[in-house]
Amino acid sequence: MAWDLSTARISGIFQKEFIQMRRDKLTFAMMLVIPVMQLILFGFAINTDPKSLPTAVYLQEHTPITRSIVSGMLQSGYFEIHQGAEQANLSSEQLLRQGKVAFALTIPAGFTRRLLHGDKPQLLLEADASDPAASSHAVAQFSVIVERALRHEFRGALSYLQAKPDAVDVHVLRNYNPEGITQYNIVPGLLGVILTMTSVMITAIAMTRELERGTMENLLALPARPVEVMVGKILPYSLIGIVQTCVVLGAAMGIFQVPFTGALVTLAAGVALFILANLALGFTFSTIAKTQMEAMQLTFFFFLPSILLSGFMFPFRGMPEWAQWLGEVLPLTHFLRIVRGVMLKGSQLADVYPELAAIVAFMAIMGVVAMLRYRRTLD
Amino acid sequence: MSDSVFAIDVTGLGKDFGDKTVVDGVDLRLPKGQVWGFLGPNGSGKTTTIRMLCGLLQPTRGQGRCLGFDVLSQSREIKLRTGYMTQKFSFWDDLTIRENLQFVARLHGLKSIPSLVDTILEKLGLAHRQHQLAASLSGGWKQRLALAAVTMAKPQLLLLDEPTAGVDPQARRDFWDEIQQLTSDGMTVLLSTHYMDEAERCDQIVYLANGHLLARGSVEDIIRHTGIYTYHIQGRDLRMLAQQLRLQPEVANVSYFGSALHVSGTDQPALLQRLQGLCAQGQRIIDAPPELEDAFIALMQQAGKDQREYN
Ligand SMILES: Nc1ncnc2c1ncn2[C@@H]1O[C@H](COP(=O)(O)OP(=O)(O)OP(=O)(O)O)[C@@H](O)[C@H]1O
Ligand SMILES: [Mg+2]
Repeated sequence: MAWDLSTARISGIFQKEFIQMRRDKLTFAMMLVIPVMQLILFGFAINTDPKSLPTAVYLQEHTPITRSIVSGMLQSGYFEIHQGAEQANLSSEQLLRQGKVAFALTIPAGFTRRLLHGDKPQLLLEADASDPAASSHAVAQFSVIVERALRHEFRGALSYLQAKPDAVDVHVLRNYNPEGITQYNIVPGLLGVILTMTSVMITAIAMTRELERGTMENLLALPARPVEVMVGKILPYSLIGIVQTCVVLGAAMGIFQVPFTGALVTLAAGVALFILANLALGFTFSTIAKTQMEAMQLTFFFFLPSILLSGFMFPFRGMPEWAQWLGEVLPLTHFLRIVRGVMLKGSQLADVYPELAAIVAFMAIMGVVAMLRYRRTLD
Repeated sequence: MSDSVFAIDVTGLGKDFGDKTVVDGVDLRLPKGQVWGFLGPNGSGKTTTIRMLCGLLQPTRGQGRCLGFDVLSQSREIKLRTGYMTQKFSFWDDLTIRENLQFVARLHGLKSIPSLVDTILEKLGLAHRQHQLAASLSGGWKQRLALAAVTMAKPQLLLLDEPTAGVDPQARRDFWDEIQQLTSDGMTVLLSTHYMDEAERCDQIVYLANGHLLARGSVEDIIRHTGIYTYHIQGRDLRMLAQQLRLQPEVANVSYFGSALHVSGTDQPALLQRLQGLCAQGQRIIDAPPELEDAFIALMQQAGKDQREYN
């Protein structure tokens, strides 16, 4: 391959593509409306704060203190006692699995006695966290409720217990969804999903459109190198990706109060590479597909596993090993780790370096495949 | 290599699509600075051959050079120096006229593009419409825009696939003036056409049928090569006569020519004898010079017969 690439030719293709992109009003609008729409849809789903969740209570002793805890739970509004659990002799596991209750509270026998001795007795709250949006608030509230109930009880003769924080060992068991995804997790993840879908599709269409409209013959007759065509075609769409990123990040922080603890420049590096990787993939698809319709189908064929196996939909560590292997191949998987890491955990560039490297590797492989498959003739 | 006197020099060029042979054994040697006409019936392989010459199709067989560069391996070098006008308009409908020209200019790495494009638009007479989308142009104007675009980079070789199809007479005359101008500057032109008058303006004609090169040379060469003789018949009741003539083996072609019948065949004595036998009172047989069209029709019939015998 020769390397006397011409910036004049690349910018020629860039400008042509940019003008065409701007004139294609419907696609252009879609590129900007999709992120907003997805954010709103997902955002509202996340933001609902369900109350009165059915709760099974297993009281193995009845004392003023245990009663106080239960009534505190009721007063918070998050929990509602599911009657008859003990009578029917159903275990918490059965009830949770059948979806009859969202929570099960177990207060073991001897709880009060050990509490008064300062032995830090255990309280067990089992949660159905398969829908984290539904359970996370209640779970977060639980410790507060217990503490408040105890403070209320620790008066008079028991006031010596006030001084001790963590009088009780509150044990929360999140079933089915060990990572306990919250909206903090989903909104940044949404950025990756939106970028994947729109970037791959738009470039996949960009090349097949030339074929379908018959302009390919002209493009091929002009002395442009495949790399020049690829770069010139990819760049305009990366601008769209940047705009989408700003929209999503703005909404994440403005509307959903997602914290941003890391450095913007680390995230910017991740976003830039991620967009380019997806555009390169889209370009590869466009060298395989013969029509825009086929390009679209290939995009969705890729999009589905991206959503399911990247850790966006299901916690990555909860997946079977083969699925994790597949997931590691997808750029979205690595991007999610970067964006969540940087925004939520304050990850540094060094922390996300392996993820960046994985995305670069994906991009390089796609670039090579695209160049190998690029049609230089009409055959 | 590039100091060869031939702009195109290929031998045995052939193309298969799947197991269908579309072009076979085409030899072409086109001297620099000439205009060659590429003729042949629909589907004979003209477009396919032109595409192979400029690197848009990989030849299945054969070898050769365009402008001194290998057609199999140096298509980029060829593209840099060649203007190819596609048969079907293939510029960008959603770009304006000006933007299309600018795009082509940029890909050719031309300098001072805005003023260059201004000049071209002025010459084309499209300056006042430069900001309209190319899609809004009529068919003939699209052809003229395409020609302007492919000649913009001053290529050494022009491959034009039916450049004047659907173009009005005035524009056609302008087109030929332009071609004359370009070739006097040293450009070489190969153009396909279905118009006889255009074929007659070419230095040489190449005739293709069923993917095979059947004839090559000047108009006179080709007419002589086919050995065709023609007569005009004037008089009354020509319609009946035409029907009878069409059934005769000596007659290659019968067509109306104004108020006369135009009859051709390759076996002169037999043809004349037949005509004298069939012509009635008041019908006159006149010697007429053979036309290129007669030669082509004879060639096509000959090719058709060959094809049938071959199969
Ligand atoms: N991509 C292709 N795949 C299969 N067959 C093809 C392809 N392109 C052309 N052909 C066939 O090759 C033959 C020659 O086509 P070509 O377009 O070269 O003819 P042409 O001489 O340019 O005809 P016209 O005067 O109608 O433009 C036709 O039979 C056509 O169907
Ligand atoms: Mg053709």
